[in-house]
Amino acid sequence: MATATRDHTLKLAAIGTLAGIFSGLFGVGGGTVIVPLLIFWLGYGERLATGTSLGAIVLIGLLGTLAQGGLYGNVHLATGLLLAIPAVLGVLAGTAIQQRIPQRAVSLLFAALLVAVAIELIIK
Amino acid sequence: MNEVLAALLAVAGGLAGGLVGVGGGVLFVPALTVFLGLSQVEGESTSLLIIGVVALVGAARQSSYGNLKLRDALVIGVLSPLGVLIGVVVANAVPERALELSFAALVLFIAYGLVRRALSQEA
Repeated sequence: MATATRDHTLKLAAIGTLAGIFSGLFGVGGGTVIVPLLIFWLGYGERLATGTSLGAIVLIGLLGTLAQGGLYGNVHLATGLLLAIPAVLGVLAGTAIQQRIPQRAVSLLFAALLVAVAIELIIK
Repeated sequence: MNEVLAALLAVAGGLAGGLVGVGGGVLFVPALTVFLGLSQVEGESTSLLIIGVVALVGAARQSSYGNLKLRDALVIGVLSPLGVLIGVVVANAVPERALELSFAALVLFIAYGLVRRALSQEA
């Protein structure tokens, strides 16, 4: 059991590091990497994977904001908070809709998003 | 008009966050740079703040539905900045085009895996 827990934690650590690496390399958000790895590597269902991914992204966003805002003064606080209002309305609608569609639809939506990411990488 | 378009992009970014668990930065950055006049660096930095807020609300909602493993999320989130540093070092050492094409191939492979998974599941 202890080995299983350690194995699980090591995989999580690897997912976090990989998500960061791809963000640093390509500027894609961590979620692109976190969600599929949680599904294929740790056997999460789609909803659990996307919810846990959002939990991780809270830290990524806030640490990034502190670094960029605190160290370099690049964060426009008022503009950001103002634009966060419609964005929060979107995420409330998105999570509510996600509970009402089959998990396989979430997988298909995610696959479509990945194809868009690939096309953007290829043509840029 | 620009403010309305920025707000619509922000709604779409949040919607994507709720539906598939990504941050939505892909849409927040153009909302800030194209429609609200921020520079690229300011836009990317400010989008991190919006991503943080959106993810916080989204994660709280998902938690109430039983779809959040908090400990797992914390482990991933805490280690991610370490990865960012590695990524930036690698990005400066390896030809950019080769990296982009390899990542595009990897992403397409994952998309194929997700479609296969979806098609093999019961509705």
